Amino acid sequence: MTAQDITLAARLDRALLTLGAWLLAILWILPLAYAVWTAFHPSAYETNFSLTAPLTLENFPKAWVQAPFARYFLNTMMLVAMTLTAQLVLSTLAAYAFARLKFPGKNILFTLVLLQLMVTPDILLVKNYETMSMLGLVDTILAIGLPYFASGFCIFLLRQTFMTIPKELDDAARIEGEGLIGTLWRVYIPLAKPTYLAFGLVSVSAHWNDFLWPLIVTNSVETRPLTVGLSVFSMTESGVEWSVINAATLMTSGPLLVGFLLFQRQFVQSFMRAGIK
Amino acid sequence: MKRDWIYALLLLLPAMVLLMGFTHIPAIETVISSFFSTPHGRRPAHFVGLENYRYLLEDDVFIRSCWNNLIYSAITIPASIIIALVMALFVHNRMAGLSFLRMAFFTPTVLPMIAVGNIWLFFYTPSFGLIDQIRGLFGLPAQNWMGSTDTVLYTVLVVAVWKNAGFFMIFYLAALQTIPTQLREAASLEGAGRWTFFRRVTVPLIMPTTLFIMVNAIINSVRLIDHIFIMTQGGPNNASRLLLYHIYEVAFEYWDTAPASAMTVVILAVLSLLAIGQFFWLDRKVHYR
Repeated sequence: MTAQDITLAARLDRALLTLGAWLLAILWILPLAYAVWTAFHPSAYETNFSLTAPLTLENFPKAWVQAPFARYFLNTMMLVAMTLTAQLVLSTLAAYAFARLKFPGKNILFTLVLLQLMVTPDILLVKNYETMSMLGLVDTILAIGLPYFASGFCIFLLRQTFMTIPKELDDAARIEGEGLIGTLWRVYIPLAKPTYLAFGLVSVSAHWNDFLWPLIVTNSVETRPLTVGLSVFSMTESGVEWSVINAATLMTSGPLLVGFLLFQRQFVQSFMRAGIK
Repeated sequence: MKRDWIYALLLLLPAMVLLMGFTHIPAIETVISSFFSTPHGRRPAHFVGLENYRYLLEDDVFIRSCWNNLIYSAITIPASIIIALVMALFVHNRMAGLSFLRMAFFTPTVLPMIAVGNIWLFFYTPSFGLIDQIRGLFGLPAQNWMGSTDTVLYTVLVVAVWKNAGFFMIFYLAALQTIPTQLREAASLEGAGRWTFFRRVTVPLIMPTTLFIMVNAIINSVRLIDHIFIMTQGGPNNASRLLLYHIYEVAFEYWDTAPASAMTVVILAVLSLLAIGQFFWLDRKVHYR
């Protein structure tokens, strides 16, 4: 092979690789693209693809008034904010204990924490529902979030991060008279920012999207999150137009999609940096 | 050190109470309940031994759900892992439109399963859906993919692969970036082709990631069933009924909690085996320290 042949082969190779990647990507985006198409066109064009089809935004207000989506949005946002806050606070405290303190039973307790990575609360539907009705919390937003407030995954991630922080920084803060909370606040939390960001993104998308548990534990408009609201809306027999359902679908996923597109780089990078191998 | 002990207790208490209250204790309670009957009104639960399990073995719908779930797992797990690796290998290269590619692969991951169900439902719709429209171009007849007991399981399975692959891609991408470029240079000096390099260097080096992804894929194949609610409700004729969906129906539509507990124990057993396997096997290879 001459040098020219090699560069030609390399270029062909490159082209084939790019082609393959693009084909897969187009295939992958197709269902979503289809949903976007129907949501932005009048229902007459649901199944009729023509480039001249008139664009419209009317499906969105139509969907918005057919179900209490504003309330659902509010519920979901409260749920997500509440859950994330509780997770971060509780996990920070627990992770510090696991990373830096010596106490009997540490390994057993940490194993219990890791076990929650496998056995998640959403599989234990029956018993957790019983607990909620015992606590009188059925049909509240608190009940949707409460089982997830202590996150094994978050404790694990933060513990891993805290362990990489030099002990000397901890000692230095103590010598300067910082207490435990002060040390956490001034040393550990700032240095673990990428981990917080990574977990935050994972948690928000997980709880924004969660469906089965909220379906079971809520039964009114005042508590229902978007996912359950959307399912109620799209499963009604009254023959809602597809374009309107797709508009509602995009609307409910919209904030998360936009957030992801904005944070795409951080999301991918912080995931990698979080050191999950 | 005594002070450490007290601090640890205070720091861990809130997290551990919630963790145990909603995971460990209910898991144990579920096992206990599986040996008792369902309480009805004033008649409390009484001990029935293995009766609930015997009932499960005779329950065709349960057996069917187990089989469905096995097929579902056996296909979604390898398929989503392989596609994820292919995606990561693509995106790891420098090529035109990289950010579009990454977005296209990853976006399904951010969507709620319910939204995903809606999108695909329309995709599959007989004669109007995009799939049938494309088939129509080739003169093929309309197909009711979700209405046929032969194909319905595959329709929901494809959705799960579509949703998961992009998520797993992220982990592979992270792993690929840790492979030193010197290795690639050394390999090309030795005259190793791309395929040899992939098989002899890349695959072994990303093995821990593959195991991690596999564990997640197994858990997802049990847990991620929301689209069933929108797309098929387990039908037609239970052909797309998965285990967790069946548990939901038995427990919260028929309020027959005793067999539901026994079925949950089946899932718990699978996940515990997985946890033990990971603990003894995976931890030897992947060091968390």
